[in-house]
Amino acid sequence: MKLTRRILMGAAAGSLLLSSGAAMAQQTELTFWSWRQEDRAFYQDTIKKFQEKNPGITVKFETYAPENYQTILSTALAAGRGPDVIQVRAYGNLETIATPGYLLALDQQNVPELANFPEASLAAETLRADGKVYAVPFAMQAQLVVYNKKIFADNGVTPPKTWDELMTLAQALKAKNITPFANGTATAWQNETIVGGLLSSMLGKEFEADIVSGKANFTDPRFVTALTKLKDVSQYFSPNFTGVDYPSSQQLFVAGRAAMFAGGSYEVANFKNQNPTLDLGVFPAPVLKAGDQHLIATYYDGGYAVNAKSEKKDAALKFVRYLATPEYGTAFTNTLKNLSPIKGIKIEDAITQEVAKLAENSMSYLMLVRFRYQEPSGSVLLQSNVQKMLAGQQTPEQAAAEINKGIATYYKPFQK
Amino acid sequence: MLVSRKQAPSLKRQLWVAFLVVPPIVFMSLFVVYPILSAFAYAFYDWQGLARGEFVGLKNFKEVLFGATMAPVVWNAFLHNVYALVALMIIQNGGGFLLAWLLYKEPFGFRFHRIAVFVPVVLSTIIVGFLWKLFLNPNFGIINQALYSLGLDSWAKPWLGDSSTALGALILANAWHFVGFPTLVYLAGMQRIPSEIIEAARLDGTNEWQLLKNIVWPLVAPSTTILFTLLFIGAFNWFEIPYVMVGLDGSPFGTTDVLGLVFYRTAFGNQSASIQNFGMGSALATLLFLFIVVFASMLTLWLRRREIQF
Repeated sequence: MKLTRRILMGAAAGSLLLSSGAAMAQQTELTFWSWRQEDRAFYQDTIKKFQEKNPGITVKFETYAPENYQTILSTALAAGRGPDVIQVRAYGNLETIATPGYLLALDQQNVPELANFPEASLAAETLRADGKVYAVPFAMQAQLVVYNKKIFADNGVTPPKTWDELMTLAQALKAKNITPFANGTATAWQNETIVGGLLSSMLGKEFEADIVSGKANFTDPRFVTALTKLKDVSQYFSPNFTGVDYPSSQQLFVAGRAAMFAGGSYEVANFKNQNPTLDLGVFPAPVLKAGDQHLIATYYDGGYAVNAKSEKKDAALKFVRYLATPEYGTAFTNTLKNLSPIKGIKIEDAITQEVAKLAENSMSYLMLVRFRYQEPSGSVLLQSNVQKMLAGQQTPEQAAAEINKGIATYYKPFQK
Repeated sequence: MLVSRKQAPSLKRQLWVAFLVVPPIVFMSLFVVYPILSAFAYAFYDWQGLARGEFVGLKNFKEVLFGATMAPVVWNAFLHNVYALVALMIIQNGGGFLLAWLLYKEPFGFRFHRIAVFVPVVLSTIIVGFLWKLFLNPNFGIINQALYSLGLDSWAKPWLGDSSTALGALILANAWHFVGFPTLVYLAGMQRIPSEIIEAARLDGTNEWQLLKNIVWPLVAPSTTILFTLLFIGAFNWFEIPYVMVGLDGSPFGTTDVLGLVFYRTAFGNQSASIQNFGMGSALATLLFLFIVVFASMLTLWLRRREIQF
């Protein structure tokens, strides 16, 4: 008797399990990988909104440390695993993942929202070999100058328009014992952001076009002059700037001990987080002579892609399409203070608005956008040669020649 | 037959031996031999990101050793590894030998010092690197602050940003971190020397220098063998301190670049500057491995020969 009762109970429990299993099967669970641990709250919130609109799909958000992300992701993809939805980077880094066919090609059929993105942002997520888009872009970044409005006001100065004005202003601040630029060059990649933030207007869109067509190369007078000017202004960087690394230079600015920081638009949110009392503004690189066009250097950070081997492509595409809506772009921009490239978003933050406005006149963040596909990458060359030049170990002409020599080893337009 | 002369080992005993031997062999094959062999195999292929492309033979090796782009970077880094080896041999192992001699003579508080010298070895390299990076900060690091307060302003430098001092600073930080290890090994070696020998030498009127040079140094040769070989391997695999203190690029402009950093950048890419190339990375790793195995073996053989039995 006891035994039959047990069997019956067991069968009942079993069928209960089975039926709940069937209910589970209707739920599609997507995994979504990212390197943005610091944005977890925002992404959880986004996922909640998406799930409300799409009952039946749940999304699991997982993050990995940025320095290991590419390695972990590519290992998983190579093994035929990996998440359904992937936050990927752009340009050369995207190509390492897209070239072996790990990502699903996106077009206006499977993601109609792509029509809502500017050309340059899609180009950042396009594989050059087949011309197809592989991810929905998420943020535009700009290299420019961030300044401390209070220090400027206290000293009766305004953002400079021309290079000469910048030099006068920096001299005036230094005379009052204020460090004009917080920047240091000990961290290699900071040399590239400094070039983007300070020299873009002097280089100009035409220079970029000439580089692309091969009409000019990096020994061009425009490039050499700009480097010479950079060498001049480096006397106003942080004291002992060759030994000042990225975190130290940020701290100097956050503490309100330096007036300007040449670097990324992404610094603003970071500075504000560390010191909410900072009143900040941004301005584009100064021009050589009045009347020239002011430019900032822009690039796109990365995008959201779908794993080509995912068994839940439909659900994954739904999620990626949601990440391409103006609603999402607005939330992204206002929460993370990073400019979404989606057209028609509403920006609340004043500085982000300013960056968006400046971005109407911009050139590419040259080495990242165009020369980070082959070795030696333009970024490696620019970073180390500018670092060497600013340390006084080579002249601007030598730096330009070295950069050019490296790129010419593989860049066809320079080989003519 | 050989076995038949003795008692053949029982089946039980054979099973017991197999039980003890098989797990480590499986573990070693899976986690040591297999990765080494696969890295070796990877080096012969062209890679599209992480997808294996076609077989390219020795192309990656040629590129690493003689290629216009890669070779200058590799040889530059190799040279820095050699510097590090020579400098650490003198400072770290030499310093360890002298410290061990001091401790051997049991000065006042030697028990405390014996521990104090070894404490940094226990610290994580990440912590040591970070600590020294703070000490060496040009504007608020204690080293420059100390120089300023001593009135030696002209000696103050942006240590890690100056190409003439950066590599030296890394080497010193590494020596500070690890000097306790050779000290301990040499101390143990010295304590193994029969005290009659040293007493006899003292009675014969040797001075301190002669004692060290002619008695102690030859008699701690086994310790030297271990320490020199380990340092040789360590110097060519040097990675953590440079990575923490100057970053992946061997900043400033490659003057602190070492093979470990080059390997990491090549195989995994550098987020802010370069792209990944698994084939070339594997080729470099294989060459480095072969170099270390061959030279470390030669070094060990040579060092072994000068060891004296007593």
